[in-house]
Amino acid sequence: MSVENLSMAKALNQGLRQAMLDDPKVLLMGEDIGPLGGVFRVTEGLHAEFGSTRVLDTPLAESGIVGTAIGLAMRGYRPVCEIQFDGFIFPAFDQITTQLAKLTSRHEGSLTMPVVIRVPFGGHIGAVEHHQESPEAYFAHTPGLRVVSPSNAHDGYWMIQEAIKSNDPVIFFEPKSRYWPKGDVDTSASGFPLHATRVVREGTEVTLVGYGPMVAMLLQAAEIAAAEGTSVEVIDLRSISPIDYEPIIASVQKTGRLVVAQEAPGFVSVGSEIAATVTERCFYSLEAPVLRVAGFDTPFPPAKLETVYLPDADRILEAVDRAMAY
Amino acid sequence: MSYTAATVQLLSTEGTLVTSDATAEYLPYIEKLTDDQLRDFHRQMVVIRKFDIDAANLQRQGQLAMWIPSLGQEAAQVGSGYAAKPQDHIFPSYREHVIARIRGVDLMRIIEMLRGLSHGGWDPKEHNNFHLYTLVLGSQTLHATGYAMGVLFDGATGTGNPDTDEAVIVYFGDGATSQGDANEALVFAASYQTPQVFFLQNNHWAISVPVTRQSRTPLYLRPGGFGIPGVQIDGNDVLASYAVTSANLDAARSGGGPRFIEALTYRMGAHTTSDDPTKYRDIEELEFWTKADPITRMEKFLRARGEGDAFFAEIEVEANDLAADIRHRTLALGVPDAEKMFNHVYSEPHPLMDAEQAWLENYEQSFEGGAA
Repeated sequence: MSVENLSMAKALNQGLRQAMLDDPKVLLMGEDIGPLGGVFRVTEGLHAEFGSTRVLDTPLAESGIVGTAIGLAMRGYRPVCEIQFDGFIFPAFDQITTQLAKLTSRHEGSLTMPVVIRVPFGGHIGAVEHHQESPEAYFAHTPGLRVVSPSNAHDGYWMIQEAIKSNDPVIFFEPKSRYWPKGDVDTSASGFPLHATRVVREGTEVTLVGYGPMVAMLLQAAEIAAAEGTSVEVIDLRSISPIDYEPIIASVQKTGRLVVAQEAPGFVSVGSEIAATVTERCFYSLEAPVLRVAGFDTPFPPAKLETVYLPDADRILEAVDRAMAY
Repeated sequence: MSYTAATVQLLSTEGTLVTSDATAEYLPYIEKLTDDQLRDFHRQMVVIRKFDIDAANLQRQGQLAMWIPSLGQEAAQVGSGYAAKPQDHIFPSYREHVIARIRGVDLMRIIEMLRGLSHGGWDPKEHNNFHLYTLVLGSQTLHATGYAMGVLFDGATGTGNPDTDEAVIVYFGDGATSQGDANEALVFAASYQTPQVFFLQNNHWAISVPVTRQSRTPLYLRPGGFGIPGVQIDGNDVLASYAVTSANLDAARSGGGPRFIEALTYRMGAHTTSDDPTKYRDIEELEFWTKADPITRMEKFLRARGEGDAFFAEIEVEANDLAADIRHRTLALGVPDAEKMFNHVYSEPHPLMDAEQAWLENYEQSFEGGAA
């Protein structure tokens, strides 16, 4: 067993490096990802190790990055694109939704699209407009894409490698607020499937489901709830599309209560989708309606208001209390 | 916009070869062509025009949801299509029916697409590297550029062997030159010096909007700002299209970086069968381009070289036979199975696809007598 204590940024870096060592067709492309190592340093050192045709500092054009990645994938490469910030993915939205997501279907299976698009996302970093958003629902809504988000360093290390191995396009959301906390990464483990929901804390009275940056917040809420006498189970979704429902359903059948939490606006969101499905599939187990905790349905506010906008442990606990009160 | 002083023309509208300083570098490509190749150029133009007119008729008779005519653009397409070598990759827009045919795609695949039976579906690897049509304007320019980057990274170009060195050609139109993607493709192509030819068919109309609204400058001058050489040709001249595309593909495959060709041509028909050009075009323009017809001048050229009536009668029969065959096969087409919707959304198993397909099967079987 080989365990290292790494930040998620470093774990992703090591995962990318391992994928590049394993397969010479894997290449990285994006803005400032070469000698600088990306604005979050996730690709640090890789340009020096693998050179300019494996780590491409591209022109500053997101549609160009994704559009040429599609062409490279047609040629047999496995491009991993970095979009610098969540709010800058939209120039590439057309290539992602009208081309990348549909090309395998348009080719009736003769073409695969092994393209990964890494997107640092979410708030808690005090940044200016367009730098703290959570656009995952747009992509989860698009047939043909897979959408995932790791919540910790160990998952980051393994999930990026699994995403790169996927023959389908994967939108890989990296929680910026979790880039720097360190965690144990077992690099000798055998990994796990890309779309495997995980129970991260067991409990009996309320199930909390979240992904990416929200998982740490759910665990914090569960800790407080336990001190107050409520036993809470926490589930890390890991995969936003498809959703691995079985562990969620098993948990809700046990607890009878579900709270879904996310940083993204709540309207027509991942949380809404889970609420609808769990209501349909666990109707007779539910002791309370499924409750959603989400960002407000406003644009992401100026940074000094982000702590008001973003759900925290108190907002999660308020929902736990409401669920328990039914 | 019509022809300018810069327009390269090898075959005049009278069907004679144009010899000048401007054509000197291209004429050797024509001199190397055999009589059979020249006949094929003409044959392909005549056959596709008949097919094109008949496909539009099939739409009018309710057999196709839509048709996308290529009428008038035959020379630009046939010449450049034959200029591509077998190892080259071709990224079409959505009007390059004759290039599809030249590269071995059964025209029924295009008919099926416009009848609502597929979104394309052919495998480029099994059709001489002719990629699928792309309906979002300009998207394919980036795919072609990325593909050409891969060719470069593979070292499959620029070795000095013209029989194996690969190049990429991408088709787009005057409307698409306004799209961000087409401009980003030029940026990336210049940055990475891709082995690639951008082939712009300026047919003067983006549905109802004239090219003068897309650009105040001749479009062949645009690539200069990106550091890419551009040339303007008479797109209704099949010989110019062949020779200039050959020269530029050769330059690209030998390490010369990306190239740009603006082929001046004209969309003689509608944008699609949903369009009505009588609402926005004037008759003088149509008359000008009718006189510049690509097929008429090639016939004059071939007759002056001694080609007799028998050949022209033979290709007319071939064109009629093809159109009849297409009509016959179109009327015999069925409807795809519903499973086609689910089969290739993902290339690896996906729980939602499995669940929804199973639900649909159960739903259909719930009716008396099972699925309709």
